[in-house]
Amino acid sequence: MAGKTLYDKLWDAHLVKQRDDGSALIYIDRHIIHEVTSPQAFEGLRLAGRKPWRLDSIVATPDHNVPTTVKERASGVAGIEDPVSRIQVQTLDDNCDEFGILEFKINDRRQGIVHVIGPETGACLPGMTIVCGDSHTATNGALGALAHGIGTSEVEHVMATQCLVAKKMKNMLIKVDGQLAAGVTAKDVVLAIIAKIGTAGGTGYAMEFGGQVFRDMSMEGRMTVCNMAIEAGARAGMVAVDDTTIDYVKGRTFAPTGEQWQAAVANWRELVSDGDAVFDKVVELDGSKIQPQVSWGTSPEMVLPVDACVPDPAQVKDPVKKAGIERALQYMGLAAGQKITDIHVDRVFIGSCTNSRIEDIRAAAAVAKGHKVAGSVIQAMVVPGSGQVKAQAEAEGLDQVLIEAGFEWREPGCSMCLAMNADKLGNGEHCASTSNRNFEGRQGYGGRTHLVSPAMAAAAAIAGHFVNVQDLKGTQA
Amino acid sequence: MKRFTQVKGIVAPMDRANVDTDMIIPKNFLKSIKRTGFGKNLFDELRYLDEGQPDQDCSGRPLNKEFPLNFPRYQGASILLTRENFGCGSSREHAPWALDDYGFRAVIAPSFADIFFNNSFKNGLLPIVLEENTVEQLFQELYANEGYELAIDLQQQVVVTPSGERFSFEIDEFRKHCLLHGLDDIGLTLQEADAIRAYEERRKQQAPWLFGAVK
Ligand code: SF4
Repeated sequence: MAGKTLYDKLWDAHLVKQRDDGSALIYIDRHIIHEVTSPQAFEGLRLAGRKPWRLDSIVATPDHNVPTTVKERASGVAGIEDPVSRIQVQTLDDNCDEFGILEFKINDRRQGIVHVIGPETGACLPGMTIVCGDSHTATNGALGALAHGIGTSEVEHVMATQCLVAKKMKNMLIKVDGQLAAGVTAKDVVLAIIAKIGTAGGTGYAMEFGGQVFRDMSMEGRMTVCNMAIEAGARAGMVAVDDTTIDYVKGRTFAPTGEQWQAAVANWRELVSDGDAVFDKVVELDGSKIQPQVSWGTSPEMVLPVDACVPDPAQVKDPVKKAGIERALQYMGLAAGQKITDIHVDRVFIGSCTNSRIEDIRAAAAVAKGHKVAGSVIQAMVVPGSGQVKAQAEAEGLDQVLIEAGFEWREPGCSMCLAMNADKLGNGEHCASTSNRNFEGRQGYGGRTHLVSPAMAAAAAIAGHFVNVQDLKGTQA
Repeated sequence: MKRFTQVKGIVAPMDRANVDTDMIIPKNFLKSIKRTGFGKNLFDELRYLDEGQPDQDCSGRPLNKEFPLNFPRYQGASILLTRENFGCGSSREHAPWALDDYGFRAVIAPSFADIFFNNSFKNGLLPIVLEENTVEQLFQELYANEGYELAIDLQQQVVVTPSGERFSFEIDEFRKHCLLHGLDDIGLTLQEADAIRAYEERRKQQAPWLFGAVK
């Protein structure tokens, strides 16, 4: 019999019941909730007179709607200017208080983007099944966990039963070997993967990232990669456990200690795909060939190396694709065949659950150091992913480097990633963004998003247009 | 949950691939703490010429006359016909809520994004996968015939065209059962409460650290 993949092992360990029709009940170890996708779930529980099955499995924090300026944050929930946002954040607080759920409230130092706080507090651990009413939950798969986003009905279902009704997915291995060139980061790797397989390439699969590039990668980098598995269509992305994983988890607030730590580590060491495991699909990329990437269109698969030119629809035969490119160019205000380095940026956003961890802030600061944001750039902001990331960055003096270069240094939250708070793009503005989605209107009505790494975003801020960070003089990316 | 047995109705086109959840219901409408009322903001940025605000009365807003849902011939549509990878992007259940609230009961496409697909079933909205060339054929027929209607029979798992042509579709048994009977799957899962508790006991022995309280 063939060996098991990492996903097979995680699935088997959490199988409560296999039903004859192929669906199964999967036990959920950790449930993270936020203000946008939970109110209707709590309402459902209340209406049915149900209680959460295991309160100690749930951790909550507001992130999508919270303001990120010091001023608006100063008086907590009451200070949120947008009344609709305020009600939503208040509703989360009320629900958590009513049901007795642990919540990192708006100005708690542990507050932050759901997918950042899980790993960093140790609330999310290797070997766990983790869900959250947010598609980027896959981020946690970097720990060697089975993590995926769910809808609000499922949030209610997991709260009420501790289980998810699921169907086993197929196994896909994305193998990237070789060594990344200087200036090429985890973000470039995942964008290159999406460019290769497309936004539906991973639909129906659990995606494991394997190969030298991921073995060499930090946990922060692995989280960036797993975060965007969903942009490749996969509900879950994951990386096998190794020393990097275990070193990362050790000492985190909710990580096990003492004897339990020893037992846990022994168990986690098993969380790798067996050598003879069979994947339904394997995609290989050569890591040494990956260059810094920039998205030019309105779908994360519309991405190219920074030195390339945007496509010309006249060269494309497939009518649906051609129409897609035409529409994207028009929305983005780009000419067919235009050089990517000729695209000017109006705003720069460094943040989001993809790239707001300490390593990302360090990368941005390294590029920004000793430079100034170009005069043509209206705004360049850095939004740390959590209160802990913010504190750490400040302890390292990164905030000062960035502020001196002309960046704004904000309070933690989702911010301009989806612009549910006051941080958004104006109509027609181009943004170099470290977030994960460049859909039409995602960062503000009529806004034009270009997905890049933190180093590339910082470089664009300084140049006023996209540049290859590898060419930037006097910086170490 | 709403039952789904048979639906016959006008078909509206959403003729593009990769329709994402931000397009289906833009994020400024996600601030509601309710499940209803999203229909007027379905495809908001395509449907209207101005920028929409939550809780706004949409009746006076300028309509985008080029957008098919605004064409008189597609008013009252209950079936949406679209292209591959429909519903990609976020996990927001507001997407099926908006489609449902608008009046759609089914969406037909060559493929769907996983989370959207799942969420639809929980809301009595039936996502139907048909082959790409079948979808193409339906688009042609739809454009050629004003008032074009399809009939969907879930029990039989078929889509029937006005000329009587039948296209069958796949659906897994559990989901079909829940939709046909309008079953609440939390209630169904809770029937397995003993199995869940037994699993927990076993797991506590093997991996006690998973049951440490967070505080
Ligand atoms: S940072 Fe963006 S993608 Fe991540 S959870 Fe927040 S809104 Fe979603």
